[in-house]
Amino acid sequence: MTADPLISFEHVSKTFQTARGTVEAVQDVSFEVAKGEFVTVVGPSGCGKSTLLNMTAGLFSPTAGTVRYAGQKVATLNQRSGYMTQNDHLLPWRDVEGNIRVPLEIAGLSKRDRTARVADLIQTVGLAGFEHAYPSQLSGGMKKRTALARLFAYDPETLLMDEPFAALDAQLRLKMQTELLGLCRRLKKTVLFVTHDLDEAAALGDRILVFSGRPGTIREVIKSPMMPDRDLYQLRRNPAFAQVTSDLWDILATTSGMEG
Amino acid sequence: MEVIGTSQAGAAAAAPGGAPSRPRAFPPALRQLMMQAALIGGLLVVWQLLSGRLISDFFISRPTAIFAVIVETTLDGSLLYHASITAMEALLGFIVGGALGILFGVALGWSKLLADLLNPLVLCFNSLPKVALAPLFILWFGIGLNMKVALSAATVFFLVFLNTYTGVRAVSQELIAILRLMGANRRHVLTKVVLPSALTWVFAGLRVSVPYALIGAVVGELFASNRGLGAMLSQAQGQFDTAGVFAALFAITVLSLLLNAVVKVAETKVMPWQSGDHQQNTTV
Ligand SMILES: Nc1ncnc2c1ncn2[C@@H]1O[C@H](COP(=O)(O)OP(=O)(O)OP(=O)(O)O)[C@@H](O)[C@H]1O
Ligand SMILES: [Mg+2]
Repeated sequence: MTADPLISFEHVSKTFQTARGTVEAVQDVSFEVAKGEFVTVVGPSGCGKSTLLNMTAGLFSPTAGTVRYAGQKVATLNQRSGYMTQNDHLLPWRDVEGNIRVPLEIAGLSKRDRTARVADLIQTVGLAGFEHAYPSQLSGGMKKRTALARLFAYDPETLLMDEPFAALDAQLRLKMQTELLGLCRRLKKTVLFVTHDLDEAAALGDRILVFSGRPGTIREVIKSPMMPDRDLYQLRRNPAFAQVTSDLWDILATTSGMEG
Repeated sequence: MEVIGTSQAGAAAAAPGGAPSRPRAFPPALRQLMMQAALIGGLLVVWQLLSGRLISDFFISRPTAIFAVIVETTLDGSLLYHASITAMEALLGFIVGGALGILFGVALGWSKLLADLLNPLVLCFNSLPKVALAPLFILWFGIGLNMKVALSAATVFFLVFLNTYTGVRAVSQELIAILRLMGANRRHVLTKVVLPSALTWVFAGLRVSVPYALIGAVVGELFASNRGLGAMLSQAQGQFDTAGVFAALFAITVLSLLLNAVVKVAETKVMPWQSGDHQQNTTV
């Protein structure tokens, strides 16, 4: 790792108290993410991936251990990170355009700048023609794309993304992945990206964290041998990519075999 | 909550449902309207037949007699005169009470400190039947328009206040967290999340208060007035004019329906994302 990582988890555990008893979501997790690094996270459902992102965003604190951001312990909401949650959390009373505009309004952009920027983002995520549809009138994938455009709109230093492309078709997903990777490289974004799609984890990640089942622990960290500026459209012909995905499959096959 | 809205909502929901199966003589919405009209017509006929035969028309008058009074008072302008006065009182009471209810609901919902402080007071005033304030309001405001407006506003206030308060409290904490992550301050959270999300509740409160606004005005007129539908009601009663009483009741009902329609129109204007929900088929 680098000398001063942007995000660092130090022996982090998180236990939830519920009416039916305690749930240990993650246990003794330690890892670091350097500035400008793209880290993907895979693991069985319920192993605490979303919990990791929530703690990085400062929504709640770990039960044990420390989460640091830029050297500081994350104590309140981490406003240097942008979070695209697993449930898109759009504002139901605003149409697509209005939802994408929220962060720009908060940032205090002039009306003219906002309009131009929103139109641009709507093009990027391919929602032209649906500017004035309300979330209740959108498909699952369209909601995701709106949330994605909103995330891009406010340009945070770090992107926390929880299965952002899960509801998209293959072509659109490839387009969005390319868009995201290009944008992150260009603007030197740091990304923590949760996905269930092993191909996606291998395609996007500079490093891939593989989690075991609940309580989630890091089972393996795979460093991608591919170039940072790889062309996602050519991956099928990239032997390094094939190697990473087959490693991932092997690890997860044994993981889920253990956890049932 | 939705007592008044149900028949319309039912009609709207029924419309897309049965359409494609097989063509019928009438569209379902029209069919329902015809059945409703038939039911009301039937009841009127039964009423007409009963009165004077089974039940003395001193007690229940008869539809034709009531209709005659309505026509007569409409022609000489007195019905419209009384109705306009009651409408004015109820509308002012509705606006004043509604505005204050929204204001206080947001303030107490937003500030936990204020809510804790005022909680006992709110409980006391809420358990008080608002029409019981009429004598006090006569002492304060006299027997003119102000007293009826005050009575109407007092009733509306609590309904709207409680609904708004609940709405502000029910706001999604997740949405607030998402906005705070974007750097939103308290004002942003209030205007972009809390208020829009409470609107549904505010309108639910406004809708249930419509009849209460009229209750306030009419009760005020019953207590002390020579103008308005309440006064018309008590004068008719004083002269044992049962048809006149029923005519006044009819006018009050029409006023309530009108005011209700106004609220509904405002609701779809102010909350277009909700009206969209109505047209769209149910999805999960
Ligand atoms: N707020 C909460 N209260 C109680 N338990 C919770 C809470 N959030 C998460 N959990 C529990 O913690 C565990 C991990 O949840 P988490 O959402 O992090 O899983 P995940 O890895 O994101 O799963 P998935 O891939 O299905 O999204 C689950 O067992 C869940 O029930
Ligand atoms: Mg999750």
